[in-house]
Amino acid sequence: MSEVLRGRAWVFGDDVDTDLIYHNKYLAETDPKNMPQYSFEYYPGKENFAREVKRGDFVVAGKNFGCGSSREHAVYCLKEAGVPVILAETCSRIYYRNAINNGYPVLFVKGISQAIKDGKISDGDLLEVELETGTIRDTTNGGTFHGDAVSDLERDIMASGGLIPYLKANKKRGAGD
Amino acid sequence: MGGTFAEKALGRSVGRTLRANEVVTVEPDFCMSHDNTGPISRTFKKIGVKNVWDPKRLVVILDHGVPAPSSDHAVNHKEAREFMREQGAPHFYDVTSGGGVCHQKFPEEGFALPGQIVIGSDSHTCTYGAFGTFATGIGRSEMAAAWATGQIWFKVPESMKITATGRLGRGVSAKDFILKVMGDVKSDGADYMSVEFHGDGIENMSISERMTLCNLGIEMGAKNAVCPPDAKVLDFIKGREKSADWEPIWADPDAVYAKEMTYDLYDIVPGVAKPHTVDNYAAISEVRGTKIDQAFIGTCTNGRLEDLHAAAEILRGKKIAVRTVVIPASWNIYREAMRDGTLDALLDAGCIVCNSGCGPCLGAHMGTLAPGEACISTANRNFKGRMGDKDSFIYLASPYAVAASAARGEITDPREAIGL
Repeated sequence: MSEVLRGRAWVFGDDVDTDLIYHNKYLAETDPKNMPQYSFEYYPGKENFAREVKRGDFVVAGKNFGCGSSREHAVYCLKEAGVPVILAETCSRIYYRNAINNGYPVLFVKGISQAIKDGKISDGDLLEVELETGTIRDTTNGGTFHGDAVSDLERDIMASGGLIPYLKANKKRGAGD
Repeated sequence: MGGTFAEKALGRSVGRTLRANEVVTVEPDFCMSHDNTGPISRTFKKIGVKNVWDPKRLVVILDHGVPAPSSDHAVNHKEAREFMREQGAPHFYDVTSGGGVCHQKFPEEGFALPGQIVIGSDSHTCTYGAFGTFATGIGRSEMAAAWATGQIWFKVPESMKITATGRLGRGVSAKDFILKVMGDVKSDGADYMSVEFHGDGIENMSISERMTLCNLGIEMGAKNAVCPPDAKVLDFIKGREKSADWEPIWADPDAVYAKEMTYDLYDIVPGVAKPHTVDNYAAISEVRGTKIDQAFIGTCTNGRLEDLHAAAEILRGKKIAVRTVVIPASWNIYREAMRDGTLDALLDAGCIVCNSGCGPCLGAHMGTLAPGEACISTANRNFKGRMGDKDSFIYLASPYAVAASAARGEITDPREAIGL
């Protein structure tokens, strides 16, 4: 029986870009612990996210989450806030790599973009998420969704806690020292 | 079955034939980073490796906030400077008249070479595809890891083939073409893919125009974007090459594509991306007359000499109606535009000309927006609030259209301004 994560949903639309997640005016900040206070500051209607998000809450989004910049701040600000996983229909390539490289899971969830538009999953819904199986249950609305599993390499990197710990644990050819 | 550009370029790097969706580990030919070099160097040190795998492969170009607009930016610059010195890494472009926007300086200095693999800790690294380079953006942690190991893994991407035939009309530019393509493909339509530009329409374009096309590949979600390494490319790189190990590579005629699209450039009209997404395309006729408060001509997308010439062609002998910020993409371009009278024409019209760098594109400085203000810009992103206040508006357009709009204070079809 795999672990079940429980938390509230914060629901976003399609094409949530990196400036909406973490605005460029805070790019000079380099300490991940200081980043959650700026999360979603520019997203209309979610200005309260940074203040009100609780550890364990989920970010639920439609297509192309994290499009735009390569800034890792957009991953750190949610990871450090205690959001355990991002549930999105699809995610931009660079955002996805940044997430994996920081040991941060993104579940690709078929049909969730339409479900958001149809109001079948809404802000504040209580969700149960099993990362092992990719199953998501909305216990408020009664819906069930399924996310794709990640590849072996990605799983290995995440199991190490991210790319840097993975490299430290697997120091191998090419290292310059 | 032949190979796509991505299959062949990544295949060249690993010395075997590859097909889409295989996962490979490759050694990058060059690693580009900018003001984020400081934070990357901190992550690098956490790996427990003392020296980067090959200091000659690092290229660091400060551009995002130059000269430093805050002490936080200054700290990042200082760390970058110190790290490059510690590592004995020679390719450092500091805040001097030898610098400019990273994606302009990198090719100018001869680091963008056909068939090579380039990674950059900036999403617009895909710009170097204009030189037949496999170039893609990555995050900071990944760059730190690449510095340490000299390796990076990639899934060989599937490819999208965009064919352009014919020529663009007067007052219409490569930016108008790619804005239309982005409107059709949408901002996630090329997710994870390699976008190839084919056809005589591309061959007819200058290097500068091809850079505009490839620059915007990421705005469709692409891993990389690329144009054929033809005689124009070889001519450009001649005498600049920072490495001898390059080779023109192009897709085979029987390569397999996930998607193919064809455009006749004669049909392309001046266009814009309306707020707040890059794929929110409209022909300029649909938004004509929209009031603007600021115009911005510059960036890695459209801050090259041809772009400044286009703006000057429109503004020579006219006066601007709204504040207009001009930022040449590199100091080489700045000086050429100074010598050939382009800057004088723009200054005479009332534009201000700032030092080379990213400027207000990402809201750092040199022309940020107040609540309710609208800007027409030659940049690559119009995300909500990107250039300043969250209640400001950005329209993306060509240098012709931005200049024509600056002269009237409202969005204007540049073909009217040149009497067409």
